[in-house]
Amino acid sequence: MGTFFHRHRGITPYFLLAPGILWLAIFFLIPLVFLGYESLQSGLFPDFRFSWEFSNFSSGISDYHQQFVRSFVYAGIATVACLLLAYPLVYWIAFRAGPWRNLFLLFIVAPFFVTYLVRTLAWLNILADEGPVVSILRNLHVLGPDGRLLATTFAVVSGITYNFFPFMALPLYVSLEQIDERLLEAAKDLYASPTQAFLRVTFPLSAPGIVAGTLLTFIPAAGDFINAALLGTPNQAMIGNVIQSKFLESLDYPSAAALSFILMGLILVSLLVYARIVGSERLTG
Amino acid sequence: MDTRMTRTELIRRGAAGATVLSLPAVLAACGGGGGGGSSSKVNDVLNFSNWELYVDTPESRKAAGLTGPTTLQQFTEKTKIKVNYYEDINSNSEYFAKVQGRLRQGDGIGRDIIVSTDNDRFLGEYITNDWALKLDKDLIPNISNLIDAQASPPFDPNRDYTLPWFSGMDGIAWNEDLTGPVTTVTQLLEDPKLKGKVGVWNSMGDTLGLIMLENGDDPSKVTDESFDRAIAVVQKAQDAGQIRRFYGNDYAQPLATGDLAASMAWSGDIFLLAKPNVKWGIAEKGGIIWTDNMLIPLGGSVPTASTYMNFAYDPTISAQLALGAGYISSVKGVKEEAAKLNPDAASNTLAFPTDEMLGQMHQNDPTMFGNPAYEKKWLAVQGK
Repeated sequence: MGTFFHRHRGITPYFLLAPGILWLAIFFLIPLVFLGYESLQSGLFPDFRFSWEFSNFSSGISDYHQQFVRSFVYAGIATVACLLLAYPLVYWIAFRAGPWRNLFLLFIVAPFFVTYLVRTLAWLNILADEGPVVSILRNLHVLGPDGRLLATTFAVVSGITYNFFPFMALPLYVSLEQIDERLLEAAKDLYASPTQAFLRVTFPLSAPGIVAGTLLTFIPAAGDFINAALLGTPNQAMIGNVIQSKFLESLDYPSAAALSFILMGLILVSLLVYARIVGSERLTG
Repeated sequence: MDTRMTRTELIRRGAAGATVLSLPAVLAACGGGGGGGSSSKVNDVLNFSNWELYVDTPESRKAAGLTGPTTLQQFTEKTKIKVNYYEDINSNSEYFAKVQGRLRQGDGIGRDIIVSTDNDRFLGEYITNDWALKLDKDLIPNISNLIDAQASPPFDPNRDYTLPWFSGMDGIAWNEDLTGPVTTVTQLLEDPKLKGKVGVWNSMGDTLGLIMLENGDDPSKVTDESFDRAIAVVQKAQDAGQIRRFYGNDYAQPLATGDLAASMAWSGDIFLLAKPNVKWGIAEKGGIIWTDNMLIPLGGSVPTASTYMNFAYDPTISAQLALGAGYISSVKGVKEEAAKLNPDAASNTLAFPTDEMLGQMHQNDPTMFGNPAYEKKWLAVQGK
């Protein structure tokens, strides 16, 4: 083997790429082609036939623009909330936690040891109308006597924020942790105030982490349906809920497939816009 | 449908749906014949998928005045067949969607018996797509106990593929800690005191059926107008923030914890939930009655499943199931057997509804299901 790779040095990269490419081909590309094929079918379950049914796409947008908008708004708010919560926390862990760093990182990752669904179901109990949180907030008059947290937009966005928090925190940590502290000392030597040092040194150097974190949070959040299904009402239904019910309740596979493609397309477009704004070199770190 | 009916009449209409009762009912009920069971032997494990809160438990048996082991334990004692009982059906549509992919490939789904309701489109789909296996009627001599009214439903005129599990009634349940009795659909969907704490089903026939009755429309003869009127009622409640969620069988827990103050609810569930603060009643304008049917999906063991069905069609066993789950049996002689087990059994109106209760029950119009325009409106009103 060794001599083989030595002799055909050009082949090595392809060889290393092969498992990943194969994986993506089997579990991403091929299903995607099937999904595309399905999205242009018409008819009723189980007799769908291929008919270039582009109206699946146009009616998908006209019937469900509300849910699309809602998904992007919720995902956007949750992403910003994740960033605002994660940045100070991770900053503190990276620069101030010293020997306790790994322990605190473990705390961030710990919820991941529990299944996504179970984590969300736990919120059903925590935020229950007759549960501890709501009764405390009612006593403090933060909530009215009939006020509630569950089945509100607040609950859905909070659920998404909570569930995707580690996706924001971990890339941020990696980028902050890599910052050479001597750069900050140099800034100080050059009479930069702590604020200036942060704005001119720390923040720009953590930008790749912010970009990676926002993408890792925003993309799955836009397609999420668990949080809206469990913590919201039909008035909080996101596009993921529509796709789920088209697949599982009305067995309307063509519409479901078309909606999935529209969602993918919209995410891709927003990604490009984002890349344009922050500069594409930051997308890749 | 506004006149009172006897129980037999009612269940017959239910089983026959809108179509005419067909002839071979009696032949089928005589047992023997038919039964294209496979030659394989009885397994030592039975895999059974059912809805939540639908079988007797030690607690529910106590509440129903029954002694001894549960019927599932009795089955294992008697036949040495272990039962893996999965409560994994939360709605007919979701379950169907989950299993149809494998069934379509001709593969099994790891179940010997599954249950599907007659007031939905999916029971028929299993049969017409050849995804259900024929019962081995030689192994089900107790099929002769099937009540005549259920002998010949339109989806399976000879009962070659299905046997009723239990029937139940649609009504309204409420949490007494949070509200007084909720007795009408209008109160449920409009009373501002219940705002945001109301559950309705995600199953079209049940929810819209109750609303059609409230609207003075006949749920057994749905027209586009009566359908739209019912949808408009849901939409109004939905826009007002009255409805918390559209539930499958999972409304019971939130009702008990107080997330829901009131919800549309199936008759026996609230009994099995066994929370003294949760009450159930039939809505003033009446309810819908439906029947769940057992069937053997592709890949299931026909002899094993048939052995269980025979067991469940023993009137003594069916009586225990009816009392222990609070649902209506389709087995002859159940009431007499129940009286032997517990002299007060006749007063269990969930298992043995009074004529007055049955007189309030109606059936869904089967043509309502699988209508794409209706399906679309029904999903749209749920925000999806």
